[in-house]
Amino acid sequence: MADATQSAPMQSAPVQTGPMLAADGTPLKQSLARSLRNQKIRALALIAPLLLFVLLSFVIPIGQMLFKSVENDIVADTLPLTVAALQDWDAASGELPDEPVYEAFVTDMIEAVAAKQHTRLGTRLNYEETGMSSLFRKSGRQIRRIDIAEDAPFKEKLIDINEDWGDVETWSVIKTHSVRMTNGYFLNAVDMKRTPEGAQSQPEDRQILVKLFIRTLIMSLAITGSCILLGYPIAWIIANQPARIGNLLLILVLLPFWTSLLVRTSAWIVMLQQQGVVNEILVWLNVIADDARLVMIRNEVGTIVAMTHILLPFMILPMYSVMQTINPSYLRAAKSLGATNFTAFWRVYFPLTVPGIGAGSILVFILAIGYYITPEIVGGTSGIFISNRIAFHISSSLNWGLAAALASILLAAVLILYWAYDKIVGIDNVKLG
Amino acid sequence: MATFKLTHVERKPMSFTMPVIAVTGSIAGFLVGTANGSGLIGFLAGAAIAAAVAFVCISFLSDGMEKLGRWGLFAVLVAIGTVMGGALGFVVSVLFGAFFQWFIYWIGEGRYRTKLAPYLTPGQVLWHFSFKFICGSIFVFLITPILVVMPLSFNAEDFFTFTEGMLRFDPEAYSLKHYRDFFTNNEWQRSFKNSLIIAPIATVISVTLGTLAAIGLSQSHVPGRRAIMAVLISPMIVPLIISATGMFFFYSDIGRFLEGTIGIDKTTVGYIKVILAHAVLGIPFVIITVTATLVGFDRSLTRAAANMGAGPVTTFFRVQMPLILPGVISGGLFAFITSFDEVVVVLFVGSASQKTLPWQMFTGLREQISPTILAVATILVVMSILLLLTVELLRRRSERLRGMSPA
Repeated sequence: MADATQSAPMQSAPVQTGPMLAADGTPLKQSLARSLRNQKIRALALIAPLLLFVLLSFVIPIGQMLFKSVENDIVADTLPLTVAALQDWDAASGELPDEPVYEAFVTDMIEAVAAKQHTRLGTRLNYEETGMSSLFRKSGRQIRRIDIAEDAPFKEKLIDINEDWGDVETWSVIKTHSVRMTNGYFLNAVDMKRTPEGAQSQPEDRQILVKLFIRTLIMSLAITGSCILLGYPIAWIIANQPARIGNLLLILVLLPFWTSLLVRTSAWIVMLQQQGVVNEILVWLNVIADDARLVMIRNEVGTIVAMTHILLPFMILPMYSVMQTINPSYLRAAKSLGATNFTAFWRVYFPLTVPGIGAGSILVFILAIGYYITPEIVGGTSGIFISNRIAFHISSSLNWGLAAALASILLAAVLILYWAYDKIVGIDNVKLG
Repeated sequence: MATFKLTHVERKPMSFTMPVIAVTGSIAGFLVGTANGSGLIGFLAGAAIAAAVAFVCISFLSDGMEKLGRWGLFAVLVAIGTVMGGALGFVVSVLFGAFFQWFIYWIGEGRYRTKLAPYLTPGQVLWHFSFKFICGSIFVFLITPILVVMPLSFNAEDFFTFTEGMLRFDPEAYSLKHYRDFFTNNEWQRSFKNSLIIAPIATVISVTLGTLAAIGLSQSHVPGRRAIMAVLISPMIVPLIISATGMFFFYSDIGRFLEGTIGIDKTTVGYIKVILAHAVLGIPFVIITVTATLVGFDRSLTRAAANMGAGPVTTFFRVQMPLILPGVISGGLFAFITSFDEVVVVLFVGSASQKTLPWQMFTGLREQISPTILAVATILVVMSILLLLTVELLRRRSERLRGMSPA
């Protein structure tokens, strides 16, 4: 700016030599920068309380929870001497550890029993090898009576207390899971386990989680697909009606959206159960026999139907907001140029609605993949999702590490989709009615 | 709209009307027939009767006599239905009667063409109405489950199913006992009260913080706006079970701190935990709705206010707030319904004394299925209709305020 005024000497106004000044005498550039900085600070000050609140009570707690998936201090903390002594032992040799290991173990255990830590350790190791929990609990009671100064050697005694202490497998499990940061839970989450020889797959009968992940994925896709199929005509008809009727229809779509989730889920129990509305009508119409009523609840069908109903508004609203902007004369133009109805729709209208379908699909898929309540109530055993397994490990089996590992994998999937959604649609474009 | 005719309408030939009506009649006949033993007889009889009725109506009872024809057909159908099937037959025949008295003339007189462009081929006309039928079915799918719950909540039995008596419309089979149970049972009342304590407070927190942040986010120069937005919207996106477990560990620490170090009593701490957890869940909705309202907000209004000597606080409350209020309120309603309808987080974070209504319903659905749940469901549906209407009115008001044409 200052240069521009200097290079125009013909002007009659007095030539300013220094930088341009603001009213208070500071250079304009500086003054503008300050005002911009103030604006930024003011905006951030408005955002800060909420951002801090969300970070502190939401983002960080989730991060901490996910950290439990690799955290494994309990073995090394409870049996420090044993872990050190086991360093030199090779499980692959097939021989039991030597006396020093047993001595270290008894020393550790006496302390652990006094602190009542041995049962927790047993529970932890039980996730990896069934029987460890009772082994630690039972042995704990007897190890307490051993006197560390007089009762050596301990190897024989310990094997006397429980013959599992004479099993190489037991020591191998302790050694394998003694690291402070473990990938064991993540391996468990994909149906593998941590062994001295590296990662190996679980026995056939314990391989359920990968199947569950795949099922969650397939069912979420099925739900998204049926939402597209059902949502598309509805969005179209709402967007192409006169405003008054369109608004009325939109309210019909929003009503389920505003109705309590549990109300809708219980409504689907009423509809789909063996004595439910659908079965009664089919029996009354003699379409099915009274003793051959369809099983539509507490399985995949129930979950897919109920969740399609619950998530349908999330598909319709983005589709509708895209279709609303499409000029109906495009279709007429295509037809007047000789396109058939189908060609006009498929080559002209449909490509224009793809952003709406994409936005709706990602949203529905994200919401479906992490659903918990509805599968829990109407899913039975074959219609549950990975979320239900996470809840089970958090509240029933108390295997928090595995729950955290499963949650991390699920969250990673959701965040990738969230990122894609942000890229494609932009999160500030989410519409709620 | 009804008087507006796009296409010239004329009576269709019988060779068109009779088959169409016969096909429809055969479907109706099939439904009635299967219920009474033989679908095939019903199918054929339905087709024959419908074709005959259509012929009579269009040939003899049309033009000036149309009203007579319509009411006559309706009355005859209802009479037959009631004699044959009692109360249920009455309902079915009223539906069929209402449909056919309209449908026969609609087809026969060619009125279905009224609102369609004249150049459409018969195939396109058929597709047009098939499409409407498909959409209608989807709307039925959307709404029926919600409507079905309502009559069932007046069940006199303790079942989750329609009883024989209800289908016969026997007044004995209906009662208000599940509503009485809801209003007298301590468990339900306490959980309802808890919901009414937790949801409003959580809403106030998320609306206050959310509105401020939304205003901050709408300023022109916000460093890292996209990232901040992503963080603030994330509670809506992260699966609830993950949020719930994260909060479970976090709030048990906070709870211990509040109880042990500061010495607040256990129940209050429980409420604080659940309220804060719910406030986080409501925030994305407030942010989204308020940001949407601020998009159309005219910035020069705040400058004008400042120019006339108003401080930032006065400007906010007297100029900006009244204009964005509709968005703030509907965001608040979203936050309210989120908290009011939330189960997973409260299951993990709360303890038995913070049992909310959805929690009680959830345990009810999992353990002992009692129709009281349906009574509660009906009350909640009525409530959500009211909320929905409020939001709709607010949205229109907001568009008017911002000078947009009401969509």
